[in-house]
Order: sequence, then C-alpha cells, then structure tokens
Amino acid sequence: MQVAPGPVSAIAMISYLEFEKPVAAIEAKIAELRTAAGEDGDVDISPELARLEKKSAELLASTYASLSPWQKTQVARHGARPHFRDYVQHMFSDFTLLGGDRLYADDEAIMGGLATIDGRKVMLIGHEKGSDTESRMRHNFGMGKPEGYRKAIRLMEMADRFGLPVVTLVDTMGAFPGIEAEERGQAEAIARSTEACLALGVPMVAAIVGEGGSGGAVALASAERVLMFEHAVYSVISPEGCASILWRTAEKAPQAAEAMKMTAQDLMGLGVIDRIVPEPVGGAHRDPPAAAASLAQAIGEELDALAGKDADTLRAMREERFLAIGEGLAR
Amino acid sequence: MSWLSRVRNALPWGDKRETPDNLWVKCPRCQEMLFTREYEANLSVCPRCDHHGRIGADTRLEQLMDPGYILLPDPVVAEDPLKFRDSKRYTDRLKAARASNPHRDAFTAAFGEIEGEKAVVGVQDFTFMGGSMGMAVGNAFVAAAQKALDERCAYIAVTAAGGARMQEGILSLMQMPRATVMTRRLKEAGLPYIVVLADPTTGGVTASYAMLGDVHIAEPGALIGFAGQRVIQETIREQLPEGFQRAEYLHKHGMVDMVVPRKELRETLAKLLDYLSPAQAA
Repeated sequence: MQVAPGPVSAIAMISYLEFEKPVAAIEAKIAELRTAAGEDGDVDISPELARLEKKSAELLASTYASLSPWQKTQVARHGARPHFRDYVQHMFSDFTLLGGDRLYADDEAIMGGLATIDGRKVMLIGHEKGSDTESRMRHNFGMGKPEGYRKAIRLMEMADRFGLPVVTLVDTMGAFPGIEAEERGQAEAIARSTEACLALGVPMVAAIVGEGGSGGAVALASAERVLMFEHAVYSVISPEGCASILWRTAEKAPQAAEAMKMTAQDLMGLGVIDRIVPEPVGGAHRDPPAAAASLAQAIGEELDALAGKDADTLRAMREERFLAIGEGLAR
Repeated sequence: MSWLSRVRNALPWGDKRETPDNLWVKCPRCQEMLFTREYEANLSVCPRCDHHGRIGADTRLEQLMDPGYILLPDPVVAEDPLKFRDSKRYTDRLKAARASNPHRDAFTAAFGEIEGEKAVVGVQDFTFMGGSMGMAVGNAFVAAAQKALDERCAYIAVTAAGGARMQEGILSLMQMPRATVMTRRLKEAGLPYIVVLADPTTGGVTASYAMLGDVHIAEPGALIGFAGQRVIQETIREQLPEGFQRAEYLHKHGMVDMVVPRKELRETLAKLLDYLSPAQAA
C-alpha cells in the first residue's frame, strides 16, 4: 500500500450526535462504573455492567432502526465516519495511488488508483473528506475541483483500456463552489466525468458511502450498479441548501431532508439505487472494519455478477438503467 | 389597465376593450422604456444597451427555425412523485406555471429546418419555474435527442435554467446521466449536437447536457456557471471578479466557442449545420 493509512477512529473518540444523547448517558455510566471498579477491586460490578451494556445496545439498535432523514444526514456526515482512505486500508489488499489530471494539478479531494479487493484487480476512485483539520484542508473536505474530476476521467479511460472494472466510493457534500473551479470549467469536468462513466466498456460499481451531494456525486456514480450504505444520503442539493431556497431559512433543513427523499430506503423504492449495504449497529463510525467488510462483500458480489459481460452489454445495461428511472412511477 | 380603458369600459355603450397593458416594456438592465413591438422586432434585445432579454420557447423557435416546423408532443411523466410540499404544494406551483405558459413544462422541442438544414431544436424556458430540470424536462430532452437520431439530423439545445427542480429531489438529479446517455448516442451516431447557452444556465443543467456539445454558443451577457454566486461568496468570502460567470468570461476561459448576438444566431447555426453534416457511417 502506497498511501498513508487514514487514522481509524476508535469508539472512545466518538462525538455523540444530538439524538444519541440517551445512549451517551448510559455509556458514560458504564465507563464510570468501570473506573470505580478499577479503583476498588473487591466490588463485583459485572451484573450491573451487563445490564447497562444490554440496555445501551438495545437503545442504540432501536435508535438506529428508526432514524429520520435529517438524523441520517448527520450520521452520513459524522466526523468519525470512515472515508476513502479507511476503506482502502480495510477492504483492499493492495492500493497504488495514481495522481494528477495531466492538465493542471492533482486534486486530493478525489483519489484513485489500482487496487485489489479479494483477489479482484480494479480501478478504485472516490472522494476523500479527510479526518482531522490538516487532512480535511488537504482533501478540501471532499469537494472536488475540475482537476479532480478530470483525473477520474483519465483513470476511468485507463481502466477501460486495460480491462479493469471501476469501483467508486462516493462521499461528498458537492463539487467545490469557488472562483478558480468555475474558471477551469467545473460544470464541464462534471459533465465529462458522467459521460466517461457511461462510456465504460468494463463493469462499474458505485457505492454511496457517506454523502452523495448533487452533480459532484453523479459524476462518479453513473454506474450500472449503484449501492448505498444503510445510513448514507444522496440528494440533488443539501437539506440546508434546499431549505434556504424553498423555505427561505436553513433552519428548515430537517423538513427539507424529509421532503427530498434522500435516504437509501427511499431511493431503493424510487429505483435510483440497486442495493442497500448494511452498516454495523450504531453506524459505520462505530465499527469501521465491520462497515468495510460489509461493503467489500457487497462490492465483491456485484463485480462477480458483472464479470464476463462484454462492453456493449455493460454500456446498454447502464444506459437502460438510467433511462428507466422514473418511467415506472404512476402518472 | 390604463385610465383611458377604465373610463371607456365604464361607458354604457360601445365595446368593452382594453388597451394592451404591455404596450411598453422596461429594459431590466438600463431601465429604458421600450415600445414592446419594437423590442420584440429586435428579438427582445434592448436597442439601447444590447441586453438580451429572456424569451419563451415559442418565441425562440420562431426566431431560429424556418416556418413550418412541427412541435414534438409534451412528454407525459409522473407528476409530483415525491408529494413535495414546501411553503406551497409542488402541484400548485405547477398549476400556476402552466396558467401563464402555453406548455406543460420547461422544455419544448420542434423538428424542422434552419435555413433549409434539417434539425431538432429543444428550448428550455426560464419563465416556467426557472427552467428547472425535472422529469418532464429530462424526458423532453431525451425525446428530442431521439427524434434527431431517428431523422439523422442535428440536435440543437437552447439551455436556460437555475438548475435542477428541487421538488423532484433525486429524480431531478438523475436527469443529468439520463440526458448524457442521449448526447453520447448522438455522438456515436455521428450527429452534431450544438448547445446555445442562454441567460441563465447554471447548476445541474450546465454540469450535464449544456457542456457536452460539439459547439457551445453563448448569448451575450448570459450568466453561465456551475455554482450559484451567493454560494461561492459564502464559501470563499471574497469579492467575485467583474463579469464573473458571464458568457464573455466563459469564452475567455475556453468553455464556449463563441458569444453570438441573437440577431446573428440563426445564420450562425445554419452555417455550423452546413459544416457539421451528419457523418455518413453511423
């Protein structure tokens, strides 16, 4: 592996989300009990500990079984949620990072390279948000610039020439909105990247692992198989953006998240995604290796199902998949 | 209603009639009062400051195509699939937009000729819910491209939109790859695809079919970009440069081939179609 591993988040580092406060309270009590027991070895705390742990696990499971779209948005954006580099570390036995668009720069918001997943050689491309202040700045919070999308195009075209399936991990709040991004043709780069996905003669599997934000996500997700993590979100605009335009205040973001139908469960029903990938109880950030294992299994199965299909069949599958979206809805 | 028509209509004899309210228009840029008839004869371009006004689909088709073109049928799509409601119901917003527009949604296409060159022209209408791209716009775009494939002729898309139609959520976003499937098919069939970027063309429309043409023509002064200016300003907290995201700025940065005044648009398209005749080998 030639990329520095991303720091894998430990549960101890988890910052609790607002709706997790009841779980946090119990977990704090458990920690307190353990500390106290450590100081006084004579007291047997195990029955109480077991009771609390069971309660905490049940509460966590029931909370995560009924997250609202806005709560899912917060889970999808959780600072400790695994990102591209975590998945590289946990899912791929080998990764050779490739850089640059050969035109302007290397954009670290979008990473890509040659990778091996359970013995299958693929071209892996995805957004990386970063996991601490320094890396978030370096990766521009996962907001790709034109050079990032043009790098993705270059890597997809290379994959096509060498018969490597393309796997993408989508996790961005959106493409970068900035002066220089506009100057260098952000819109054109996204459009061409979408076109490059559709042109591939090799299998393509896309996974929305965190936030699928608008055009910046579509540019890497125009695949014949689109998977989505259980608590990931995918939408045309952020709930805050939608709320500030339609409700004239970003405070209505929870309503906007509800109205836009941006959860994996909603998108499965609309035929926009093909498969929901389960996350560990309490979200991917509670157990990144388990989340990665779940994703690896799903991607592996999809790649196996696509293996051996010729270029024309794959392109036709992809085209028909997108043309069919919305056509089956009641008129 | 003017005082004159008010008085006249109040009289017990004679026809009740109205002097058209829209005898005059005010140029949105230089505020000059213009005679509507003269403004429209000048293709809705201000004769004083050259501001290119926004025009509806029918007006655009009349300006660009030879008489005798045939409108393609408005596509039938699922209406309000998400049962979307913000301060108003989406269905009410659609109803209101249709009340003041001859078409059912924001994209209207026609098949015919431009100075004798066969073409399909699709026009996005900003006056219909900001031209926003939902399933109806996407399907109209797809159907227009299919017509060009069937007729083996050029496809010209005149774009104008604030972006995706939020009330259709993810289904509006999916129009980006859907439209791109069709631009790719045109390319593979060796048929020219020309984009005319009108004011304004932003968001998901720019980031898909508006930037995938063989030739990109922009109207003078048109706002063209990916991100909205307010969003950019809030992100970078800097003053935006003069002329940022205007047609001339995109031309300077290599994103459009040319900036063409509206009065020269028709002949420019005809000339391009003459050069870019459909490839023989499909």
